[in-house]
Amino acid sequence: MGMTMTQKILAAHAGLPEVKAGDLIMANLDLVLGNDITAPVAINVFKGIDADKVFDKSKVALVPDHFAPNKDIKAAEQCKQVRCFACDQEIENYFEIGEMGVEHALLPEKGLVTAGDVVIGADSHTCTYGALGAFSTGVGSTDMAVGMATGKAWFKVPAAVRFNLTGEFPEHVSGKDLILHIIGLIGVDGALYESMEFAGPGVASLTMDDRFTVANMAIEAGGKNGIFPVDDQTIAYMEEHAPGKEYTIYEADPDAQYVQTIDIDLSQLKPTVAFPHLPENTKTVDEIEEPVVIDQVVIGSCTNGRFSDFKKAADIMRGKHVKKGLRVLIIPATQQIYLDCMEAGLLKDFIDAGAAVSTPTCGPCLGGHMGILAAGERCVSTTNRNFVGRMGHVDSEVYLASPETAAASAILGRIASPDEL
Amino acid sequence: MNAKGTVFRYGDDVDTDVIIPARYLNTSDPKELASHCMEDIDKDFVKNVRDGDIIVADDNFGCGSSREHAPIAIKESGVSCVIANSFARIFYRNSINIGLPILECPEAVSAIKAGDTVEVDFDSGKITDVTTGESFQAGAFPEFMQELIAAGGLVNYINRDIENAGKQD
Ligand code: SF4
Repeated sequence: MGMTMTQKILAAHAGLPEVKAGDLIMANLDLVLGNDITAPVAINVFKGIDADKVFDKSKVALVPDHFAPNKDIKAAEQCKQVRCFACDQEIENYFEIGEMGVEHALLPEKGLVTAGDVVIGADSHTCTYGALGAFSTGVGSTDMAVGMATGKAWFKVPAAVRFNLTGEFPEHVSGKDLILHIIGLIGVDGALYESMEFAGPGVASLTMDDRFTVANMAIEAGGKNGIFPVDDQTIAYMEEHAPGKEYTIYEADPDAQYVQTIDIDLSQLKPTVAFPHLPENTKTVDEIEEPVVIDQVVIGSCTNGRFSDFKKAADIMRGKHVKKGLRVLIIPATQQIYLDCMEAGLLKDFIDAGAAVSTPTCGPCLGGHMGILAAGERCVSTTNRNFVGRMGHVDSEVYLASPETAAASAILGRIASPDEL
Repeated sequence: MNAKGTVFRYGDDVDTDVIIPARYLNTSDPKELASHCMEDIDKDFVKNVRDGDIIVADDNFGCGSSREHAPIAIKESGVSCVIANSFARIFYRNSINIGLPILECPEAVSAIKAGDTVEVDFDSGKITDVTTGESFQAGAFPEFMQELIAAGGLVNYINRDIENAGKQD
């Protein structure tokens, strides 16, 4: 029986000629990731394992990004624990403040993930690297600890949903609108335990940044991973960011089985927003009847904190001013992205428009620091979750949108389509 | 192994941000995490929960982040078992890895009400609503997961493996 792309990668890493959905396997890992919230728990667990050293000090990545730069004393203690562990274990890929970024933007940028890899991360958005044709998935801290000790993790081989993309995005529509559309269509558990495999002629028109955004939010549909086929763009990205690192291109078999195939014509998509308090509560901006007046806009995160995201937002905000009384936070996801934005003059555009620019951090995305909402406040955010209390007070509201929709909303002070400017 | 306790009943898509809000993730201390468990959807949970109590929820319990702090907070608060129609996958594996019993059983979920006393036999998967006298059968775990659970979680399981490998050398 044919295998999906995900199944082929898993079979190869388990040393098996074939796997099928539902099989429980032990797979070898190419990278194990943790952050300042999940790594401390994993380090405590690691101490209880009969192993002194991590399995491979070049295959563990530790990124303090959630509450870093340290937001309070407890966060400082957690970051210190991670730093000391990295030092003791001589972890090669520990990223200190000044070189760190939001983990899922940072790892591909640093060339730590390439096509065909199996990656686990103690962070649910580890699925982002599926954009590169890797199998990557979020796990908990115990899995991370055992992964660090043994270089292995157990998996139940997933079945797959296939998304057949055709056409090209219209102007002002991007990867974020596509993935919000999909989650609206299938729901927050629409791909539970399954992999989301993207295919079809439309894939070629998606930039790498679009693919990162789409794969990033596979978890918001309950997916185990989201994965894209490897094409010229993927190879060009890997050659730029991971020169010399080996990669393997896996392709789904022509007779691979899918639980369902969903056809999506990219040219039919419109700017889309997820209303509180679930990513599946989507509406296209033109369906919104009553104006949704907002208090804050956040552009950043592992979903939409890359250079092209800021370029698109700046193109909308340049020469205009954010609505009086509105707070706008611009958070480049990595130092490199920050520099690129600076050199392209985007930071000046944002500051001239009345926005604040921050050093890389997850910050407000998970209600950590740097832009927490008060009771009754509303935020349009390019992040990935709008659960109750996600960005602050339980009575605040988060609306998920693309960078362009967020930028237009920042200017008009209400949820707005980029076409309105 | 058995569990018996009073039921706390929740709906669909209970996410990890309400099980343990991120504002408390600047600690990994289980006791401190447990003291804020469920507070954004059920302020009284922490006050009322007793050792052995059981959470029953509808679909997709534990969706959202990978924070193991969520099953840790639930386990540390004294909850003996979570029964739901379905679980989000990271929550599912985290629970098994740390030894928090979870069961998928839609029949039980649709019949059991908040405040009922429920008894669970983990070996057989039998769930009994002592209040109403009804009983239900949850699906059995695959063999590999039964081994994990029997070993007391992933760490014990792996340690046993490492020890065995050592003996073979
Ligand atoms: S930016 Fe948000 S979603 Fe992404 S890793 Fe950080 S907290 Fe998680």
